[in-house]
Amino acid sequence: MSSDLEAKGVHAWFAKHHALADVSLTFNTGSVTALIGPSGCGKSTFIRTLNRMHEFIPSAAMAGEVLLNGQDIYEKGIDVTKIRLQIGMVFQKPNPFPSMTIGENVLSGLKLAQLKSDNKDDLLEECLVRAGLWKEVKDRLGAHAGGLSGGQQQRLCIARSLAVKPKVLLMDEPCSALDPGSTLRIEDTIRELASSMTIVIVTHNMQQASRISDYTAFFLSDGGPGQMVEYGDTSNIFSNPKDKRTEDYVSGRFG
Amino acid sequence: MMSIPTPHKPWAMTPRELLYPTLLILASALATFFIVANTGFAGKLAYAAVFFTLSSLSLFFLKLRTVGQQAAIDSLASSFMLTAALLVFLPVASILFSTLQKGLPGLHPSLFTETMFSASYLDPVENGGLLHAIVGTLYLILLTVIISVPTGILTALYLTEIKGPGSRFIQFTVQAMSGVPSVVAGLFIFASIIIATPIKASGITGAFALSILMVPTVTRTAQEVLLLIPNDLREAGLAMGATQWKTVSTIVLPAARNGLLTATILGIARIAGETAPLIFTIGGSDKLNLNPFVDYQGALPFYVWKGLLLGTPESIQRAWTGILVLLVLVLGLFTIARVFGSRKVGK
Repeated sequence: MSSDLEAKGVHAWFAKHHALADVSLTFNTGSVTALIGPSGCGKSTFIRTLNRMHEFIPSAAMAGEVLLNGQDIYEKGIDVTKIRLQIGMVFQKPNPFPSMTIGENVLSGLKLAQLKSDNKDDLLEECLVRAGLWKEVKDRLGAHAGGLSGGQQQRLCIARSLAVKPKVLLMDEPCSALDPGSTLRIEDTIRELASSMTIVIVTHNMQQASRISDYTAFFLSDGGPGQMVEYGDTSNIFSNPKDKRTEDYVSGRFG
Repeated sequence: MMSIPTPHKPWAMTPRELLYPTLLILASALATFFIVANTGFAGKLAYAAVFFTLSSLSLFFLKLRTVGQQAAIDSLASSFMLTAALLVFLPVASILFSTLQKGLPGLHPSLFTETMFSASYLDPVENGGLLHAIVGTLYLILLTVIISVPTGILTALYLTEIKGPGSRFIQFTVQAMSGVPSVVAGLFIFASIIIATPIKASGITGAFALSILMVPTVTRTAQEVLLLIPNDLREAGLAMGATQWKTVSTIVLPAARNGLLTATILGIARIAGETAPLIFTIGGSDKLNLNPFVDYQGALPFYVWKGLLLGTPESIQRAWTGILVLLVLVLGLFTIARVFGSRKVGK
């Protein structure tokens, strides 16, 4: 199996604060990896090192390597915008661009990254279909995105990230602001997307992790920097964890 | 125990990467001198324009060669922003410089202990002082703040919190007020108070005139600041059974504290140097008057205006020194306000 994205010994700091220690993980194409763990364990920090969003915080520093198809994305002289083009991100709160219509939102990546598309209408439909939103919005593509429900907005944001054809999609708690129905729709979307791309999802919802992911990584901070305690097949992590702390967490004894 | 690697910032520019841009900027500077010396360009502005064009273009082509077209456009946009920021900084620096340069020679200790009561503006600058004007200006600022800050903030609260009847009309009026020429404010107070009522020109009438200018500034800024306070905070307060006033006074206003201080400072900045509204309203006395409610008072801008009007070398020197003192006084007030105003606000 080819490995699309690989983190090697990643550490992260905010000024003096060591937020994340020594995480090594491989994300395979066509798989969904869930990152679980209590708040403040460094999951979000980790996911943001994977597409170089970490460096937007002025005090941030890091160590280690992140390889995309074998190439270090932190290498000198690399064009960081090209990296983020290949590693998309969906955020916790739905953030459609307020001044754009639904259609413009989906195609906004083409404009932002100055890409060309032969057939924008096909691309628009394809992205919305893959994000599971096409049926609901196909008759009002010219309407403003603000009129959609929270769940629809989040699926619009997923469709938006798909339009630039990323190889990897990072999702930072994409369902935490949504109701169960919308959450279910997005989980279906994630499962369908997984066949063609690499998905990394941070979630607080353990049922969600067990429903949608192939692999699970459990993060924990014991007061010091956040660390990855255990990684494995999702079924193993949930039914047969090796580490006592993982067992306590997935069985709901803390966190 | 694992070994912890040293934190680093792979995204930061290394000295090697900084080398080329630095060299290009230096080369642009050299080329600028060459071009200005050998072509029809002349003057300081030519240096600036040629240097900016050369350095931003060379950085553009560096990025174009090393990264790509989009990065090059990005670098060009950054160059424009930096230039705009420098353009804003330039006049400020030049004002400070010329004020210091021209004001310092007239500075002497008796400026702060004597008045112009027994001296003439045409005397050598060592005669007389501007104590009367400093006292007058401090009174003016104090009285204007006392009138304008509560008025302005309460108006802003009415517009953002209560949103009661007439909000749109008040909003429109405040906007119109901020466009009133300052001399009109002075004339208005002169006509409506000094002529029409028994109150005669004094410190307080000057403060009335300045308030007409300060109220809209404070209101508009305070309004912007209050709009930034998230609605969740108001709802959280109301949901605990608080009245609107309690919510505003214990939650909204403290949260907006720093911004309201900025509103006050901007307001003071608006009025501290105003001369025109004072011409008809303060009297412009040359002797010390500690009572702003009775009799004429002096003020620093007034002193400067008089000095420039007389036009002799001595009086112009007095004017520049007056400007310097006014500048230091206003900067001092702002510093005090910032230090005391932000002390209690934790992170």
